[in-house]
Amino acid sequence: MIRFLFRRLLLALGTLLVLSAVVYFMVDLAVDPLQDLRQSTSPQKAELIARRVALLQLDQPWWVRYWDWLSGFVRGDLGLAWKTQEQVTSQLQDAVATSISLVLAATVLALLLGIMVGIVSALRQYTAFDYSITFVSFVLYSLPVFWVAVLLKQFMAIGLNDFLNNPFLNWPATIIAAVVIGLFWAGALGGDLRRKLITFTAAALITIGTWSFAVYSGWLDAPAFGVIGVAVVGFAAAIAVTMVFAGMNNKRALYSALTTATVGVAMWWAMQWFWFYYAMDIGWILGLLVTAIAVAMLIGWLWGGPDRGVSMRGAVITAIVIATMTFIDRVMQVYPIYFQAVRGRPIATIGAQTPNLGGDFWVQQLDRFTHLLLPTIALVLISFASYTRYQRGSMLEVLSQEYIRTARAKGLSERVVIVRHALRNGLMPLASIIPVDLVAVIGGAVITETIFGWSGMGRLFILSLGNAEVDPVMAYVMITGALAMVANLLADLLYAVLDPRIRVNA
Amino acid sequence: MSNDDKPLDNLPEDQLPSEQGTPEIIPGDHPATPGAVQDTAGLEPGGLADEGDEGAVGRGEGVGEAKEVEGLSQGQIVWRRFVRHKGAMSGLGVLVFIALLATTARGLGPIPGWWPKQPLASGTMIGRGEPSLTLPTWLGGPGFNIGEHPFGQDNLGADNFAAVMAGIQTSLLVMLVLGATSLLVGVTVGALSGYYRGKLDTFLMRVTDLFITLPVIVIGAVLGKLLSAAPEKFGLSLEAAQVIKGNMPLLLGLALGLVLWPSMARLVRAEFLGLREREFVDSARVAGATDWRIITKHILPNAVGVIIVNTTLLMSTAVVLETALSYLGFGISAPSVSLGNLISINQGAFQTRPWLFWWPGLFIILMALSINFIGDGLRDAFDPRTKRIPSKREMDKALAAAAAEKEVAR
Repeated sequence: MIRFLFRRLLLALGTLLVLSAVVYFMVDLAVDPLQDLRQSTSPQKAELIARRVALLQLDQPWWVRYWDWLSGFVRGDLGLAWKTQEQVTSQLQDAVATSISLVLAATVLALLLGIMVGIVSALRQYTAFDYSITFVSFVLYSLPVFWVAVLLKQFMAIGLNDFLNNPFLNWPATIIAAVVIGLFWAGALGGDLRRKLITFTAAALITIGTWSFAVYSGWLDAPAFGVIGVAVVGFAAAIAVTMVFAGMNNKRALYSALTTATVGVAMWWAMQWFWFYYAMDIGWILGLLVTAIAVAMLIGWLWGGPDRGVSMRGAVITAIVIATMTFIDRVMQVYPIYFQAVRGRPIATIGAQTPNLGGDFWVQQLDRFTHLLLPTIALVLISFASYTRYQRGSMLEVLSQEYIRTARAKGLSERVVIVRHALRNGLMPLASIIPVDLVAVIGGAVITETIFGWSGMGRLFILSLGNAEVDPVMAYVMITGALAMVANLLADLLYAVLDPRIRVNA
Repeated sequence: MSNDDKPLDNLPEDQLPSEQGTPEIIPGDHPATPGAVQDTAGLEPGGLADEGDEGAVGRGEGVGEAKEVEGLSQGQIVWRRFVRHKGAMSGLGVLVFIALLATTARGLGPIPGWWPKQPLASGTMIGRGEPSLTLPTWLGGPGFNIGEHPFGQDNLGADNFAAVMAGIQTSLLVMLVLGATSLLVGVTVGALSGYYRGKLDTFLMRVTDLFITLPVIVIGAVLGKLLSAAPEKFGLSLEAAQVIKGNMPLLLGLALGLVLWPSMARLVRAEFLGLREREFVDSARVAGATDWRIITKHILPNAVGVIIVNTTLLMSTAVVLETALSYLGFGISAPSVSLGNLISINQGAFQTRPWLFWWPGLFIILMALSINFIGDGLRDAFDPRTKRIPSKREMDKALAAAAAEKEVAR
């Protein structure tokens, strides 16, 4: 194992080294630092050109410059963006964090949604639901990111902001949305015609009811879930998680999930008090999440019985759902203040944060969320499609295997067959597609960052390439390359852990 | 160091799920199946292998299929399945329509088209420059009419229809060149790598890794920048610069094709690794065939499905990639017209002239979507495991017919 890791790391480093040389050569060939001077009409044109040639060592062959850059790079000096005379290290400081938050949020969301929809689509193969999902994912797959991003920025954001300023119930749109949501759930849950009709009606009515409540009760002016919202979602999550992962017959699992939900709801009050008296930062929040998970594991372990793992898993998922809900609820509580602060335009289209906003941790968080919203939608829409297609394919592959037939033949319930036999194996190939897709999302981030004016790495790359600054471009290439290598390595390891047939002994 | 003892390198990284794990069934290796099934067993290994016993009595999945394909060549079977795929056929229809519209409207090379106006040439503004295209009456419009500027005008009065048509031509050209380039490079690298294995394979796969590490758009941006900056930087003559500028779509397609081939190479390599162990390759070698002959005449025809499907998918990527690069300003710029560039120029006018944004976007999506559907149809057509799923109505009809037959027999 250690040898394998060592070999792979060496290989990755070697690839990075070659990559840096090749890309340096290409970028060096592509950019033209003298472009502005060539067209200049200044009397000292020759002198200016000579000065810049000396500054950038343009009289030297490219490998001399590459060697300078490389020897700086290994010592931790990423070079200089010569036009702005700024150190690349300082340029990168915020950019890396900004980009990673964007890419991470989009990837996680797209993965969750894509996997779920893909699985359901596979289970309902050759139904109208499956065909519709296939069609929609094809359309999403064919959408150019930049087009979606411009559309979101120029069209959606304005409409959404106007709506939030003056909420009203748009009946045709509401009814269309209710019908679509009703059809989705009826198709996803399946069953005979009567059950489908019930599901459809219930889902459509709930949609219309919730939405008109949100609009007419003034909830949209101060949106927060409150303890009731957290409790409803928490207990629903507890029951859903038990139904899927343990089965309602497993009373211990059910009780541990429900206990966790109860404790979680009780903690909502405790948290309001706690967050009122203590200033938070991101470290605190992560610490609280870890605590919640630990408590949930303890609850599951105590209820446990012979099959502790199942109870603990259910409890932990419930805890994560409730903790996230409580956090979002607290963030939403500052919405009225934030709404005032940004003068009634809460959905942002430019940048990663409002400059000079001030406010406490919660306001800052909300500000981040509102800025993340549109770029994340743009990125999610596109990678969601490929995850859905992929998950559907791999699930169908697994479902046609002999051992699924065997499992059904020996009388296991459909839930056990799908969750325990099919799902686990159906998820495995995903481990190898995620790193590849991550590279694609980073590429997509180049476009979304440019359109939404995020000063992330992708925008830095585009601007620097346009400005003929080699050093920042190389920094971007190295960071992206390293990220891709790490993701690939992780995927291989993950695959080896998940699939015992693969030996890690290269 | 062969790749067989490094299982982790053989992960199906960029294979789509329906292509992975194709069962390695060697013709003649499965139980003898009588009658009609026997004839097609070699052609249709996956779908029929486990249906052997039931096949003879005409029940069970795959049997109808076996009868249907009796006596047809592989190409005919694939073609029939492709034609049956509704999504693929509509995709093909839309794509052909778009291609014909664009080529006839703008003309091809020296042949002039039927649309008189030029893209990006300012003209007199009619009204606010709204599209003059009107819907036919049965769609609720005032009657079908093309008018002076069907897709509207930009702020200088230039005709948007001409620009969009020119952009489509560019996109199609880039798509074809890119597809051909990456087909050539990818298949060559994949075939050499998979056939010879060993050191050559390791080397070629490392090169492939190098290309996969960076997002395509990043390498594409660098190459696009190289193409646009080169004439001035290297002090090329005016004519040479003109040639480069005029043939930008061609050059960009070539450059991007040289970036996008790795996925093709990996798939072809995986296919070759499996095929080279089969008996027919051994027998060809025993018969004294050269490596070149084995690769081109024996293995390549068997890998053609994967290659065609992947080329199609690459082409749909090409459309989106070219427009994205042109949008960012590292692709095609004036005097050539690109749909991405059109959107980039006009995005500021979204509120006042939304048609300048909608029409190019619509055609990008239509092209990418129809190619994706064609690719999906081809994948299904080449995949021997695809089964024809009769609709509910067909099933009911067949059941009723069977019941009636029973009645008669009784």
